[in-house]
Amino acid sequence: MLELRSVDAGYGSFQALFDVNLDVKAGEAVGVIGPNGAGKTTLMRVISGLIRPLRGSIRMERVDVVATPAHRIVSLGIAHVPENRRLFPRLSVDDNLKMGAFMKEARGKYAERLDIVFELFPRLKERRHQMAGTMSGGEQQMCAIGRALMSNPKLLLLDEPSAGLAPVVVQQVFQLVKRIRASGLTVLIVEQNVQQVLRVVDRAYLIEAGTIRSSGTSAEMLASDTVKEAYLGV
Amino acid sequence: MQAFLDIFDIYLLEAVINGILLGGVLALLALGLNLIFGVIDVTWICYAELVMIGMYAMYFMVQYYGISYFIAAPFTILLVAILGALLHYLVIAPLLTAPPINQLLATGGVLFVLQSFATVAFGIDFRNLGIRLPVLAFGDMNFSYARLLSFVAALVGMVAVYLFMTRTFTGTAIRAISQDRQIMALMGVDTKRIYIITSALGGALAGLAACLLVLQYDVHPFVGLSFGPITFLICVLGGLGNFIGGFIAAFVFAEIISLGGLFSDLEWGYVLAFAFFIVMMFIRPAGLLARRR
Repeated sequence: MLELRSVDAGYGSFQALFDVNLDVKAGEAVGVIGPNGAGKTTLMRVISGLIRPLRGSIRMERVDVVATPAHRIVSLGIAHVPENRRLFPRLSVDDNLKMGAFMKEARGKYAERLDIVFELFPRLKERRHQMAGTMSGGEQQMCAIGRALMSNPKLLLLDEPSAGLAPVVVQQVFQLVKRIRASGLTVLIVEQNVQQVLRVVDRAYLIEAGTIRSSGTSAEMLASDTVKEAYLGV
Repeated sequence: MQAFLDIFDIYLLEAVINGILLGGVLALLALGLNLIFGVIDVTWICYAELVMIGMYAMYFMVQYYGISYFIAAPFTILLVAILGALLHYLVIAPLLTAPPINQLLATGGVLFVLQSFATVAFGIDFRNLGIRLPVLAFGDMNFSYARLLSFVAALVGMVAVYLFMTRTFTGTAIRAISQDRQIMALMGVDTKRIYIITSALGGALAGLAACLLVLQYDVHPFVGLSFGPITFLICVLGGLGNFIGGFIAAFVFAEIISLGGLFSDLEWGYVLAFAFFIVMMFIRPAGLLARRR
């Protein structure tokens, strides 16, 4: 479904990704793990078009993502839940979700998608008229994921969905990711919470200093010595 | 003594009501300017000059070509909306990432260009529509029909903007964009397009204001000076970019002008309003409804 080949990316003169090759197949859940500043967020941003690669190709179902204007990439079926959620704090939950369905293809199915999102997150329905910025961190994360789902995506990019949340809420978020997976959506998830994420995904990539160091199935990654020593603390 | 008080009360009431009527048009002007500032984060110094061009458009269509006022009005609104979009496309867009002072200087330059253009093209004569609307007598009080019409039309305009901003996808995007510009692309929003639409909307509001002001004031190339500064003061007093603050501040200013004018000349009403503004800037420098940080 998603295919990255020899992607270099960065900000100004600072290069954050070096020769990244990555594949996500339809129906898969893929994790990207690695330390702070390894380029995980940059990887997400380059896929959704928030920054453009310096080199290499990105294809979504054979469509050239690099050649697609940034605001059209969501129409290819890529929805990005950014780091720190990035809700519109002074808009209501309803309006935030409405923004998720902004693109022409999604507007017609707005009511339908809203029902699906409210079914997945009943809490959002209770809070629909509340300003998004006044909700708890967990509720805001639900709203951010809900907003991304409003566009009826094929591929969901989740950037550190557990960051800054209480341990109980982190559990809930990972439960949610499982449910979203079960609904048939393809997921690419970036996490520092290695142990947790490897339980949810089928495969994972380990990224360090902007380079893919290794990849494999969750079981392989859990068993790998590099991952064990560096991230699982065993 | 009693008789004097009775008359005084009637005049007071008349002044209060006239203040409300004036407030409607001022609120409309402030809304347009606030919209541009709140969404695009630039100040159109030349905002009142767009109104001036609109007033000339009305004058020529109605007085010169004999088109009916109510047919000319939509054309004027459309014309100034296009001017607003052009202003953004030609002047603001290339300067979006420039320091604010450059944006101010550029739109300030447009102010002089429009004033000079009007002087060269239309001369410095004062012109009016030649429509004299009746005065409405209500008990002992007199209200100009033009003011009533302006007030109602301004309210209708503002309600229409409110509905657009809250009910439509584009309106919601306009409200969202100032809260997080970078991620708009993730929502599938083309920010350039939203800026153009917002500028056209700001222009349309200036066009509507032009249609209403031309009923009460003569047109000349410098007419913008008589309501441009006050519009800026209203926006600053309400908190730049704050729609509700601007709405309230418009009525506060209008009442000060109207009531101040009652006790002395109309000019003193303006003096009072500006003095009030200066005092308020010491007390609440970020505006009446400043968001607490």
